[in-house]
Parts: sequence; structure tokens; C-alpha cells
Amino acid sequence: MFTLFFIDLGRKILSFMYFFGGLTNLTVQTVYQTFKPPYKYGHILEQSGKAGSDSLPIVSVVALFIGFIFALQFGYFMQRIGSEMYIASLVALAIVRELGPVITALIVAGRVGAANTAELGSMQVTEQIDALETLATNPIKYLVVPRFVALSIMLPLLTLYANIIGIIGSYLICVVKLGITSNMYMNMTFSALFYKDLFTGLFKAWIFGMVIALVSCYEGFNVEGGAVGVGRATTRSVVFSFLMIIAADCLFTALFYFIFP
Amino acid sequence: MIEIQRLSKKFNNNLVLDELSLNVQTGQTCVIIGRSGCGKSVLLKHIVGLLRPDSGRVLVESKEVAGLKELELVALRAKISMVFQGGALFDSMDVSENVGFSLLEHTRMSQTEILGRVEESLSLVGLSGIGNLMPSELSGGMKKRVALARAICIKPEIILYDEPTTGVDPITGDSINELIRSLHDKLKVTSLVVTHDMKSAYHIADKIAMLYKGRIILEGTPKQIQETRDPVVHQFINGLSKGPITEAMDNFK
Repeated sequence: MFTLFFIDLGRKILSFMYFFGGLTNLTVQTVYQTFKPPYKYGHILEQSGKAGSDSLPIVSVVALFIGFIFALQFGYFMQRIGSEMYIASLVALAIVRELGPVITALIVAGRVGAANTAELGSMQVTEQIDALETLATNPIKYLVVPRFVALSIMLPLLTLYANIIGIIGSYLICVVKLGITSNMYMNMTFSALFYKDLFTGLFKAWIFGMVIALVSCYEGFNVEGGAVGVGRATTRSVVFSFLMIIAADCLFTALFYFIFP
Repeated sequence: MIEIQRLSKKFNNNLVLDELSLNVQTGQTCVIIGRSGCGKSVLLKHIVGLLRPDSGRVLVESKEVAGLKELELVALRAKISMVFQGGALFDSMDVSENVGFSLLEHTRMSQTEILGRVEESLSLVGLSGIGNLMPSELSGGMKKRVALARAICIKPEIILYDEPTTGVDPITGDSINELIRSLHDKLKVTSLVVTHDMKSAYHIADKIAMLYKGRIILEGTPKQIQETRDPVVHQFINGLSKGPITEAMDNFK
């Protein structure tokens, strides 16, 4: 019983180390290929469209609802202590520092990361990635770099957009439902926010974008076993992306807490 | 010339290639025959540098493939084309983009020149005028022929074929055989064809080599292979259900 437990645990540790080693290797090669000419601007633009503008509707809806929900939840407590005017500041800080980057990253991991893994996984099982290599084309340069660059640019932009939409959602609830004046709401929002709040949020979004691109491409490249393998890899890609986003968020939040107290 | 010297490859604990040696002369068409899963495709992937040997060497034009630097490998791959079993056409591109991929990526040819070369390659495989179709709109046989067009579009010196006639109707199969033969006769392309289609093998081969248990157990001209007394080769080429190959498998079970 105990032996089996330790064998299973050992396998899981080895599997994680294999994953981590492979991901590190892919990261190094991707960064190297990103700065090595020629640059595939067309492919980067195409992937930016898929990752960025195509994600706008879902990011808009979710960010707006998050704004509604947070305004109502904070409103519930702040009204009890007679401090409704601080709702705007709290929502702005929560969205810009934390919720905007994390929620956007989770949406993009589920939508774009899963699509990346499924697409590259299908290419892997149908030997299209081998075909690329035999046609003297580096698959990392051709397939991973455009996704890596596109996501690392688009995720901060999407986060900025989600921040604005979330604050608008909160504004609507506060002004229409909670009786806070428009001027008061805007003043409390902008007085609470500093550049460092925006910077730390966008920096985290940049990291999350790279994490999503690398994890999704790594899982896609390592698909084995046909259609079932593609499905399994897509699930793993989303799960690992979520875990790594939350872990990176925790790490950088702690880091920024000490760097910019 | 392709020289394979004592090549071994293991996947997990399964020894797929066991000190395999084979030479293919320049301009020769060599057909590798053997049962499904015996390592024929693995052998091709070593020649084009997709897999690295556990031991042994693969030399193409006297250069060891596994020892090449990135740029040298790119230069070598510009001379070698591979036709994959399922075609391996890029789903996101139409037929023209698939066929002209290498020219677009690695040459400074104009769009018009590339389209001209693409159309020339497509007409060679009997598929002119289908450049705008997507791979999903093609039948299995058409995909194989488009893959062949993609392979010949760069005018390679060596073409590796992974089961080019498997899964196509006999007429398409024969036209693919004719095409391989004519590339050999007209362009003096060195070809290595992996197949278990014996009709195809006899039709196109200058030399046939039988791969069994990770090694080449017999090589010779189509006539020599047909007349062999080797029981393993005899069973395989005649498609007999009883013989040393199946007996070995029964004993293994």
C-alpha cells in the first residue's frame, strides 16, 4: 500500500520534472529564436488578431460583470459602515492590481491557450510539424515565436481594456444603484490609483501572456496518441496554465509588495 | 549517396533498429520493404535528421546528419524532400501555399515565379488547377499527390517516400509509381521508398531491401528478391499467412 503510494508519488515528481525541464528548454529556444532574424511580422499580426481582437467580446462581458459584482459586494459592506464613497477606490485598486490581469489571463488561457494546444497537437499527430522541419523550417521559429510575441503584447493590452471595462461596470452600479455622484466616483478612482498599480498589473499580464504561450505550445508539441492525446494535452494545457498563472501571480504580488511597499 | 552504418534506435525498451547498415547510390531508387511497425519510417526520419541515432551513423553526401550544425542541416534539408504517409499537408494553407512553402520561405523568388513553379509541380502529379483548394477538400489520393508536388517543387536531389501508395486506389497508386519512376529517369533523383506494396516495389525499384527485426536481412534487384529462397522474404513478398515471420510472432505471444 505504502510502496504503491511512493511509486506513484515518485512517478508524479519525475513527470513534473520532465515537464519543467521541457518547458525551460522551450523557453530558452523561443527567446533565442524571437531575437534571431528573419522576423515573421505577418504571422505575429495574425496571432495577435486571434489572441487579442477575437478575445475582446468575452473579456468585455466578464470584465463588466466583475465590475458589477465587486461594486455590489463592496457596497454591501461599505453601506453598513457609511463609507460608500470608498467603493470606487477599492474596486479600482482590486481590478487594476489583481483582477484585471488574472481574470484576463484565465480567459485567454482557456480560449487561446487551449486553441493553440489543439492546433499544434493536431499538427503533431498528422506529422505536419515533422514536415515543417523537413522543409528546412524551424517549428519553434515558425509556430511558437509568433504566438509567444503576440500573447506577450496582447495580454497587457487586453488587461488594460478589461481594467477600463471593469471600472465602467462598477461606475454604473455605484452611480445608478448606490447613489454615488459621477464626479465623486471619478475622483475617488483616480486618487486611489498610482502609476505603480497600473505598472505592476500590466507587468504581471506580460508574464502571464508568455506563460500561456509557452505552456500551450509545449503541450501541443508533446501530444502522443491521436485524437485522445490532443484532448488530454488541451486539458493539461489549460490546467497547467491556470496553476502557473496563479503561482506567478502569488510570486510577483509578494515581490512587488516588498519592492514597491 | 546515402550511407547508413550500424544504425541502432530504441524507443523505451523496444529496439526498433538494430545495427542496420544500408547504402543507396546516387540516382538509385531503393525500396525498403517490411511489415508495418518494423521501423521503416524511423529509418527515413534518421536520414532527414528528425531522429538522432542511439548509435551508428547516417551519412548523406559523406556528411554525418546527426553531427550537422543548424545551418548545415537547413542546407541539407534544402536538397532532401520527404513525402509523408498521410501527406502531412498544412491544414491552414491552400494547396498552392503548401506546394510553394519552401520556395516562399527560403528563396527570393517572386510570387509569380513561385506560382509558376507550383503549377508546374501540380501538373506533373496530374492535379493542375487545384491550387485554391484547401487540404480538407481533397481526397486521400489527391493529398498524397499534392504532398509529392510539394516534395518535387524544390527540385531535390534526394526524395524519401513513406508508403506513397498506401490507402490510394490502384489507378492512383500506379500513377504515383509512374511518377516516381519518371523522376528517377528524367531528373536522376535518388529515391528511398518505404512500402509494403510489392507491386509498387517491383515497378519502381533498382534495389529492394527487406527490413526485419531491426536489420536489413536481404537486398538485391527486384528479380533477385522475387527468386530468393530466404523463407522470411519469401513469406513477406508472397503475402503468406504461415511462415517464419508469423511463427516468430506466435512464439513471442
